[in-house]
Amino acid sequence: MAISLDHYLIVAALLFTIGGVGIFLNRRNVIVILMSIELMLLAVSINFVAFSYYLGDLVGQVFTIFVLTVAAAEAAIGLAILLVYFRNRGDIYVDDITMLKG
Amino acid sequence: MINITVLTFYILSAVLLSSAVMVVTARNTVYGVLFLILGFFNAAGLFILAHAEFLSMILVVVYVGAVAVLFLFVVMMLNVELGQLRESIKSYSLIGGLVGGILGLELVGMMAIWSTSPEAFDLTSAPFANYGNVSNTQALGNLLYTHYALVFQGAGLILLIAMIGAIVLTLRQREGVKKQSLGDQIGRQAKESVRLVDIPSGSGI
Repeated sequence: MAISLDHYLIVAALLFTIGGVGIFLNRRNVIVILMSIELMLLAVSINFVAFSYYLGDLVGQVFTIFVLTVAAAEAAIGLAILLVYFRNRGDIYVDDITMLKG
Repeated sequence: MINITVLTFYILSAVLLSSAVMVVTARNTVYGVLFLILGFFNAAGLFILAHAEFLSMILVVVYVGAVAVLFLFVVMMLNVELGQLRESIKSYSLIGGLVGGILGLELVGMMAIWSTSPEAFDLTSAPFANYGNVSNTQALGNLLYTHYALVFQGAGLILLIAMIGAIVLTLRQREGVKKQSLGDQIGRQAKESVRLVDIPSGSGI
């Protein structure tokens, strides 16, 4: 018995689902929402790497590097926005962000 | 007979998935970030099992060393109160469970009827066989700096923009702070600063 591609795909699918549910469960805490997005991106990376391994194609790993880049940039910008919002409001409740409509 | 690779895979996936659950449900966000770090380490182990050694190390360096620590800093800096969080979990758990259940069923159900097309193996654009005698890192470098050089530059540009954006967003000019004004200091001329006064002897200025 060896690990097949399906094993990786199921782990990635479950991880993606957990990330998606996390966005719903933590509607008040933006930090946890950002972490859930990181989990979803990690699931996508696992898919890329698994396909790269089982198809014998290196391009999947190249794209994982780009996914990592975008994830890092997204986290930095997201947390910077969060910091500015916290400075103005004193909390980070997503529900109140609609006040930005003016 | 279950061999050591399969056992490792199951342990790594189990810890990865349970720490992901802990990230999502942790009452204290600091614990959430720590579980996120644990999850990243286990994902790095999964990458090693899939023979992606370079990416595994990069995952530890970038995600654990940079992103997770950034999260940790922000969580500690913001000092968010935790009381309202549980109420939020309660009120959204129905819709969250519904959407998550449907999404998970669809994804896993798709795995059940899924199979690799036989032509897929002929369509690979950078087969491992071409890089058979070099390490994973060298093979990735060969590919990244030749065929994907432009996209690689684009990735660097994204990081540069993110860096500038983060600095611009969080920079603030505070009132009432005493600090050097370099422009004024450098622009100062000798004749504006020195005043020669002719004082008659025996009297003050």
